[in-house]
Amino acid sequence: MLTIKNLHASVEGKEILRGINLEIKAGEVHAIMGPNGAGKSTLSSIIAGNETYEVTEGEIVLDGEDLSELAPDERAHKGVFLSFQYPVEIPGVSVTNFIKTAINEKRKANGQEEMPANEMLKLIREKSELLEMDRKFLSRSLNEGFSGGEKKRNEIFQMAMLDPKIAILDETDSGLDIDALRIVANGVNKLKNENNAVLVITHYQRLLDYIIPDFVHVLIDGKIVKTGGADLALELEEKGYDWIKQEQEA
Amino acid sequence: MELREKLLASFMAFEEKVDVADALHNVRTEALKNFEEKGFPTKKEEAWKYTSLNALLKNDFSIFPKKENNIDIKDVKKYFLNDLDTYKVIFVDGIFNTFLSSTTHDGLDVCLMSSALTKPKYKMVIDTYFNQVASREESLTTLNTAFAFEGAYINIPKSRVVDKPIEIIYFSTGNEAALMVQPRNLVIVGENAHVQIVERHQSLNDNPVLTNSVTEIFAQKRAIVDYYKIQNDVQTANLIDNTYISQKQESRVAVHTFSFGGNLTRNNLNFFHHGERIDSTLKGITIIGDKQHVDHYTLVNHEQPNCESHQNYKTILDGQSTGVFNGKIFVEKEAQKTDAFQQNNNILLSDKATVNAKPQLEIFADDVKCSHGCTIGQLDENAMFYMQQRGIPKKEAKALLMYAFTSEVTSSIKIPELKAKIAKIIATKLGVNMGFDL
Repeated sequence: MLTIKNLHASVEGKEILRGINLEIKAGEVHAIMGPNGAGKSTLSSIIAGNETYEVTEGEIVLDGEDLSELAPDERAHKGVFLSFQYPVEIPGVSVTNFIKTAINEKRKANGQEEMPANEMLKLIREKSELLEMDRKFLSRSLNEGFSGGEKKRNEIFQMAMLDPKIAILDETDSGLDIDALRIVANGVNKLKNENNAVLVITHYQRLLDYIIPDFVHVLIDGKIVKTGGADLALELEEKGYDWIKQEQEA
Repeated sequence: MELREKLLASFMAFEEKVDVADALHNVRTEALKNFEEKGFPTKKEEAWKYTSLNALLKNDFSIFPKKENNIDIKDVKKYFLNDLDTYKVIFVDGIFNTFLSSTTHDGLDVCLMSSALTKPKYKMVIDTYFNQVASREESLTTLNTAFAFEGAYINIPKSRVVDKPIEIIYFSTGNEAALMVQPRNLVIVGENAHVQIVERHQSLNDNPVLTNSVTEIFAQKRAIVDYYKIQNDVQTANLIDNTYISQKQESRVAVHTFSFGGNLTRNNLNFFHHGERIDSTLKGITIIGDKQHVDHYTLVNHEQPNCESHQNYKTILDGQSTGVFNGKIFVEKEAQKTDAFQQNNNILLSDKATVNAKPQLEIFADDVKCSHGCTIGQLDENAMFYMQQRGIPKKEAKALLMYAFTSEVTSSIKIPELKAKIAKIIATKLGVNMGFDL
């Protein structure tokens, strides 16, 4: 479904990704782990089309289509979703109206009519219940004054509403207490099916207790240096990253 | 002939034509004398440092339209608050238009200044209020006073809650090559009375227009006045709006100014407090581009204790446009426990756009709460990426962010139909087809 080939990227002349290769098939859950500064968030931003970074080499292909020339909104319309590590506060726009706008823009781009109001309301009710969100929460300004946990829950709520092909969860576990973590992970698991895929970007193994990955990749200094199964995450949790670095240097 | 000379020369002919009472004649003569001494303001004056009238005054403006012009309702319908029953006081090239208007004398007066100034039954009200809060020093205000004759006259009796909004619209047909109009409005709102007023100036083609308008508003004890100014005129229209508000105790007056159009717009908005526990609100949204210029010059004069004022102006500038915000707050020695708030936020979309912002607080009382904040910035790139990531295209994301930026002002519009209209004007202005159903 998503294929990343020899991806190199830099920001202000500094190379951050140095040849990433990754193949994610429909129905799979992949995790990318790595120490701070390894390039994890850069990778997720680039897949989503953030223009701050310059892709110098390589390609990102979704279902046979090269995404390189597409704007972030066009990638979103094709089914790319990024749950932000730091969701942006937008005062004056309510959660409900933001998601309505997002859904209808996607439908417009795909040549569909706007979603009828009753259908929209039903969908909002269903998905907000899945994330155990308070109704009052939906009429508040987007992310404004939300706690860390509320912001992340709101991200997964939007993911549920938009039903993407590939969902990238960038450090979704940071700032979550154990109850919120359980709710968020449960939401992701319920949305998961054989036609979509999830890429979890995380520093810690904790979230992977709830969202079990099929593959774990270790990203160090802009390169994937090791790939394994779910047990690799446990090993990393126990031993840290130094042993991999040493393995590399050896 | 220069405009100043032309105005001075036509004053006598004008006075003969309008045939007003002696008392008024003296008021006018005094006013004209002041204008004659001072002339049009120049950038040398502190209050006009950032706004130049020079280029504008080079137009050969007619001072009176040569004939009565008529317009077809279907051409101007879109400028009204549709889907809503309103009182209407409509002028075409400065002359009252009966056909488009819907006035009343049924317990309240929503009618014409020319009647009020000439008919004996209004004499007492005119003597009490006319030119009582408008400046007798400021040259453009006195120029208006000298030629004051037509405009809206609104008098709401005690305890009357006016059942529907009042629309005051000044249309310019452009049948004159260049026209100067000087509307004069008087609004008196009695004790415990409540009124909503929407004022608009609109040109119907591209011939230059200069409007020098004066509005006096008197809010008696506990009166509530919601006043909205829609400035979305064509880019050859120029507006100098001078509004003077006198408030008695516990009255609440809010003025919202929406500046989207015009070539040059100057808003002089002045609040004077005469009583305690008064509440004044001054809010504005300015969205301009090209070479447009909008200058907000506000004054709140806190003279009595326990009063509040709230100012909030949001400005978005594109192209080579220029914005000015000058907010004066005076707190007199007696005005203890004053709560004065002033906020002015600006977004520059282009590196050729400029904004000059100047808060000016002069506080002589020692137990007051006064705050002011001014920001100038660009659109938040992170917010743009976030919205685009959710599938909202760049242009729409930008528009949504800008509308959200103005939401502290739009949220306090009390007439839903007006709020929808403003949202629509903003969407058109930003080139998107969005409901902003926020």
